[in-house]
Amino acid sequence: MKGVNVTALVIVIVLFLLVTVLGFVASRWRRATSLASLDEWGLGGRGFGTFVTWFLIGGDLYTAYTFIAVPAAMYALGAVSGWFAVPYTIIVYPIVFVFLPRMWSVSHRHGYVTPADVARGRYGSRVLATAVAGTGIIATMPYIALQLVGIQAVLEVIGIGGSGNVLARDLPLFIAFAVLAAYTYSSGLRAPALIAFVKDFLIYLVIIVATVWMAWKVGFGHIFDSTESAFGAKNAAAKAAGKAASSTFIPTAHQFLAYGTLALGSAMALFVYPHSITGVLSARSRKVVRRNAALLPAYSLLLALLALLGYAAIAVGTKPIGLDGKPNPQLVVPQLFEDHFGWFAGVAFAAIAIGALVPAAIMSIGAANLFTRNIWKEYVEPTADAAREAQVSKLASLVVKAGALAFVLLLDRQNAINFQLLGGIWILQTFPALVFGLYTRWFHRWALLAGWATGITYGTVVAYGQSTAATHHFGSSLAVAPMFSDKAYLALTAFVLNVVVAVVLTVVFRAMKLPAGTDQTQPGDYHADEGDPRVAPIPALTA
Amino acid sequence: MATETQRPTPPEPLERRPQPSTTRKVAAALLLLPPIIALMWVGSYAKATPRLLGFPFFYWYQLMWLLIGSVCTALAYQLLRTTRPPSAADPGSGRATGSDGVRA
Repeated sequence: MKGVNVTALVIVIVLFLLVTVLGFVASRWRRATSLASLDEWGLGGRGFGTFVTWFLIGGDLYTAYTFIAVPAAMYALGAVSGWFAVPYTIIVYPIVFVFLPRMWSVSHRHGYVTPADVARGRYGSRVLATAVAGTGIIATMPYIALQLVGIQAVLEVIGIGGSGNVLARDLPLFIAFAVLAAYTYSSGLRAPALIAFVKDFLIYLVIIVATVWMAWKVGFGHIFDSTESAFGAKNAAAKAAGKAASSTFIPTAHQFLAYGTLALGSAMALFVYPHSITGVLSARSRKVVRRNAALLPAYSLLLALLALLGYAAIAVGTKPIGLDGKPNPQLVVPQLFEDHFGWFAGVAFAAIAIGALVPAAIMSIGAANLFTRNIWKEYVEPTADAAREAQVSKLASLVVKAGALAFVLLLDRQNAINFQLLGGIWILQTFPALVFGLYTRWFHRWALLAGWATGITYGTVVAYGQSTAATHHFGSSLAVAPMFSDKAYLALTAFVLNVVVAVVLTVVFRAMKLPAGTDQTQPGDYHADEGDPRVAPIPALTA
Repeated sequence: MATETQRPTPPEPLERRPQPSTTRKVAAALLLLPPIIALMWVGSYAKATPRLLGFPFFYWYQLMWLLIGSVCTALAYQLLRTTRPPSAADPGSGRATGSDGVRA
């Protein structure tokens, strides 16, 4: 079984070459006079309409790793670990609808490029902005690394990589990443925006074919029945061996809190990630952002159908065995396509591999922009002009990607997954500083900072204590919540603590009349729309 | 080390755009909340039956909210649309209907 699947490999290579060409051509797309500013390089000219934004954000949020990991979680653990992604990606959009137009407006008006810029402008606090920027960069790195894990999974099932000598094993990954780095460097956000069309077309095609296959060849009733009995047998065996049941077909009463908080916490975290905000700020108007909140659930349906492939794999008896001979649930979707779809598996593999490139590009741009605006310009070179900012950001995007590559190659794959879980916990702690500020200036900047520090510390310490059979630390993002007897999503528990600290300290700091910092923004800024005048920077301060 | 902010406060505050009426905002909120509440209330749907097209209740019920949620968000968008076209050339026009005015 373990030869190289040549047909699939050829399809992957051809499609990969196609998007590579697109990536470089993208620098001429919607051509600006110059790409030498973050508005152009980092935000694609801030002019994307509803259609492009839909593809861009869809391509950005529904990542290759999601397509690998969600069905893998369904396959191995069931509903609480996998299917929660469905309510998560449903409730995210009402939340998006409410707060992101305001963030778009204030950023449009003041030329903010990053989430940390927003906090900086609202609270006049460099330290708070640095905290937001640092959290964003650190949370994004393992997320990029996981996109590589997604590509690796595909390569492993095709029959290359995974084992053998170091060069042969990782060469394809090196090539993919070198190409990605090169066109991101030259075209900026335009590259993933254009490639997203191909990626999303392929993914939709693959899902339609897979769904028809599930409905006609396997049957949804059979899929669910097989899964229920397989999980039942597995849990009974675990109990007989004195272990806790691991797989969930339908959550029991003690898992309700975990399921609900995973969905809510992940939804709140998703759009404070730098790559999500990068996608949103590249939209042309408020209207584009709101329309997309109604249109993006189409991708959630796609994710749900993909998740079901994890159950379908149980029904048809897919055996996800890695090239090292060990079972690896992450391989379940590629293996399923390999076993049942013939040459079409190549299209599915390409969809996943290209699906990794779009978010990886946007994430590296988002992280690079944070570094440039909120660390480099803030502390190292305050006089940097627009062209210099773009230059620094381009280089930073290379460094970020090299870091992610090193992450995957040097550390165990499990580390990337653990860090990504931690990243989710960390990024949610920037929510108060970013989102509350869009509505009120009541919170004190130092109280927000203290809340952030509390949330991060609590989340990290508790996550460190979570062990599973596979790992001693950072084994789970669920932990028993204080004052509850059931487990809850750690990010949300830490967030509640964060908010309590921020509120209490705001009352204290305001009573002490500690300096509140200068607010650059005005109420009207939060409703500004396309066509409203931008705040012009004063040349004497920026040049 | 420059501590000066690079983008100073605008000399002239932006006139607030005409905002949807409070009634419309409340109506929009009532459209946006149900999907969140319904899905967070896990106990209301964590059961296997009735099945639909082979899907246990737990699975199809959440997919149903996907569709409802999308429609609700689209309706909220329609409700909150202000009809004044954006006009860069005429920045003063925003004050025409006052801060709460909506031209439906």
